Amino acid sequence: MVRLITHNLLACHAKGCTSNNFPLQLKDVQVELRDAEYNADFLRGFISRIEWPALVDAARQLGDTSLPNEPPEMMDDDFLQKLHHVLLEIHIEEGAMICPNCAHVYPISNGIPNMLLAEHEIG
Amino acid sequence: MSRPEFQAPPEIYYGDTEAKKYTNNSRIQQIQADMTYRALELLSLPSDQPALLLDIGCGSGLSGEILDEEGYNWVGVDIAPSMLEVALEREVEGDLFLQDIGQGFGFRPGSFDGAISISVIQWLLNAETSHPTSSPPHRLTRFFTTLHAALRNPSRAIFQFYPTSDDQVQLITSIAQKAGFGGGVVVDYPNSNKARKVFLCLFVGGGGGQQVPKGLEVD
Ligand SMILES: [Zn+2]
Repeated sequence: MVRLITHNLLACHAKGCTSNNFPLQLKDVQVELRDAEYNADFLRGFISRIEWPALVDAARQLGDTSLPNEPPEMMDDDFLQKLHHVLLEIHIEEGAMICPNCAHVYPISNGIPNMLLAEHEIG
Repeated sequence: MSRPEFQAPPEIYYGDTEAKKYTNNSRIQQIQADMTYRALELLSLPSDQPALLLDIGCGSGLSGEILDEEGYNWVGVDIAPSMLEVALEREVEGDLFLQDIGQGFGFRPGSFDGAISISVIQWLLNAETSHPTSSPPHRLTRFFTTLHAALRNPSRAIFQFYPTSDDQVQLITSIAQKAGFGGGVVVDYPNSNKARKVFLCLFVGGGGGQQVPKGLEVD
């Protein structure tokens, strides 16, 4: 159950991997859609935390093209509904996330990403 | 019986059988629920403001179910696959990660509005191999440093845990402080063997304005 809200917060944490380590690239992913409770206040409060281009890219990669290139100045309900869907209703179930810097592969199986590092990757 | 953290590492101790036994035990469910509510109280989030929380050592989702009920979005991490398996079966709403908290987090700065952790960090006090990166101070340092970065300023992280000595409390608190946290230990019902509970209340920022809450007493 990696949703794009979480993917947008996640950088690589392998030893020495401190730049160009976000966003993790999605590979061979399978997604499932699941309804989540809509909360406009949460979205309005959260939007400043989003790395927007990374979110738009990830969503488009998963076939959702509903988000504009820039977050709009007017956050009307129509926009917030789309944001809600992208952030909270698309679940990555299988596949992998790959660090663009060190190429560490974080496999996702049964909805759970494996974030464990090998001994030599621990900082 | 000796404490679970002395018997085997958590991902081994909480295998399939133990994970189910633990989750289905109604006494454990009740204790975990009580401690989760108390941790949320100590977290003292602004009311009516939705939040994204980190559940550290979320296990089978006993605390996560309460976060769901309370309307929080959350991300849970745990090192025991069997526990996460049970959490999936219980259909909790949070995103679940298989992660060793002693290896540190990769979440971007300021990702979370707060963190809770129920009956977990005592596990960080046991060295699992002789490798230097797995010594308890190393693991605690990585854990607290990367957690501090992942939290918003100001915010709190509340850990209920089971220390076996004052030295352990000292070690954990001093490493948390070095990582940038303020705060301290809250002991509920200090004079009751049965009801006594230890909470580490850590603060990010706040300009020294955040005071360590008082422990509960029997009246
Ligand atoms: Zn990396």
